[in-house]
Amino acid sequence: MYKTKDGEEIFILDGHVHNWDASPENIKNIHGKQFIDCFYGYHSSLSPPEQLWSPEKFAKYGAEQMVKDLFIDGPDDMAILQPTYLTDFYKNGFNTIEQNAILKKRYPDRFILNGAFDPRDGEMGLDVLEAMAETHHLKGVKLYTAEWRGDSRGYKLSDPGAYKYLERCEKLGIKNIHVHKGPTIIPLDRDAFDVADIDHCATDFPNLNFIVEHCGLPRLDDFCWIAVQESNVYGGLAVVLPFIHSRPGYFAKVISELLFWLGEDRILFGSDYGIWTPQWLVESFINFQLPDDIMKETGKELTMGVKKKILGENAARLYGIDIASQRAKLSRREAMVA
Amino acid sequence: MTALIQARIDEVRAALDQVTDPELDESVVELGFVTAIDITDDGAVAIGFRLPTYWCAANFSYLMAADMRDAAAALPFVTKISVTLDDHMFVDAINDGIAAGHDFRDAFPGEAHADLAGIRLHFGLKSFERRQEALLRHLLAQGYEPAAILALDAAGLQALPLDEEGAILRRRYMGRRALAGPQMAAFVTSAGEPILVETLPVYLRHIRRVGLNAEFNGALCRGLLVARYGAAPTALPAEPELVDFLRLVPPVAGPGSVAPTARR
Repeated sequence: MYKTKDGEEIFILDGHVHNWDASPENIKNIHGKQFIDCFYGYHSSLSPPEQLWSPEKFAKYGAEQMVKDLFIDGPDDMAILQPTYLTDFYKNGFNTIEQNAILKKRYPDRFILNGAFDPRDGEMGLDVLEAMAETHHLKGVKLYTAEWRGDSRGYKLSDPGAYKYLERCEKLGIKNIHVHKGPTIIPLDRDAFDVADIDHCATDFPNLNFIVEHCGLPRLDDFCWIAVQESNVYGGLAVVLPFIHSRPGYFAKVISELLFWLGEDRILFGSDYGIWTPQWLVESFINFQLPDDIMKETGKELTMGVKKKILGENAARLYGIDIASQRAKLSRREAMVA
Repeated sequence: MTALIQARIDEVRAALDQVTDPELDESVVELGFVTAIDITDDGAVAIGFRLPTYWCAANFSYLMAADMRDAAAALPFVTKISVTLDDHMFVDAINDGIAAGHDFRDAFPGEAHADLAGIRLHFGLKSFERRQEALLRHLLAQGYEPAAILALDAAGLQALPLDEEGAILRRRYMGRRALAGPQMAAFVTSAGEPILVETLPVYLRHIRRVGLNAEFNGALCRGLLVARYGAAPTALPAEPELVDFLRLVPPVAGPGSVAPTARR
């Protein structure tokens, strides 16, 4: 929870967090090393200097540090654990649902546990998804359409094979499909950033929500265009929000574009922890004011009401969380611990 | 180094300065991607370059390498060229492919299915829109009437008495104009359709996303390059604006402009 200067309490649902292991012991090959190095590049180029971690801490921070950064020192009320397997790069995977489930078990009211699937797993993968949904009561999945697998250099969510999985998600009550469309892992000629497949899925699966993580960066322009036409497409702010510190002018323009094309109900906050910590992101966002000239041009304002939607209310709606009762639950639990 | 060699290095650099990152529509020299230009007495040129991450898309990397090779090859004194990418997951495939003069598809047999022409056109058209928006906004700010602007043909646009900034914007725009088609009008959409006076504000809103996207990516890539290689090859502006795009004003370093050194 974030408390404003006026004493208002704001519910924060962090839509995008990870607990990864990129320690030297877990790295399988050069790709694993370069992958975490690239993440560290994002961390070090967009964080305020006082928020910088050492590469060693960044490689593996652990569950305790994470809980501290999100909920104790940080303002998050809840956070969504998004898995990233990368088993070709890391011996035990980078950040799997099995690892995340341990955190979820320890802090059941704090975390939402998301699953994953890959349509290239075919029929067997559908069974795995079903079992996963049953065990973990999934309401969401995180997908990497650009991930390599054997000879495949990625897939499109509009492929017939992927549709089978989306149909199954619908049946299993997995309503929220987070798709990584952003700075990506090994794009080759298939345009891994292409957001056009989401356009088709969103039309064909009106009961599912498609959350495009990183707002399709570096194809923000294409993303805005498809999102305006599909009411079940959302934008996740991970990677976009940190610009608020180093490039506030750009951030103002980008958030204004998103407000213009998507609207205030379809933008979700995500810290992308451990790349960035929510404390400074939320603080900066709460205090952020759009310049007058930009406001005049788009006619969109970033009021406290809008900020509250982005920081928690929108994601709470997607995940069926009643903010008032969730708050009560969290404070009861805190009282018990105290 | 002799004066002649130095002069030739400068010429190569000037030629490479015309090569752009397709996605960012900025010069590879300005971006700090070019790390070395060496020339021997008999005209063999060796160009070294680097990218912001190990993962930068192979097709873009290949395209830039091929464009650099071709830009240098056009100089009369060049007898031989090598372009060498460093620190990338596909260094071998890219460097070997460029050295052999292969198409992208041949450099990545069985993996790459499109040649670079499609990508070049796709991003060329984005660059067209970005440059067009900048020029249109400039002309409107100078007080030109929308109807008068949209009625211009290429010769009419060339004849407009513009200030220095306007002239640069015009030159950049005209450098991409042919991509949209052979129409008479100076200003058409990227599909070659006419732009109407009534819908001009909506049209500008629409293409504004393209420029913003490129600027955003540019900031991201510059930051990652600095994070990866420590020192900024060119000083980063604190808050790059259209002026950087125009390259009228030398960038000024400011707070937050240089990311802390990563591991190197």
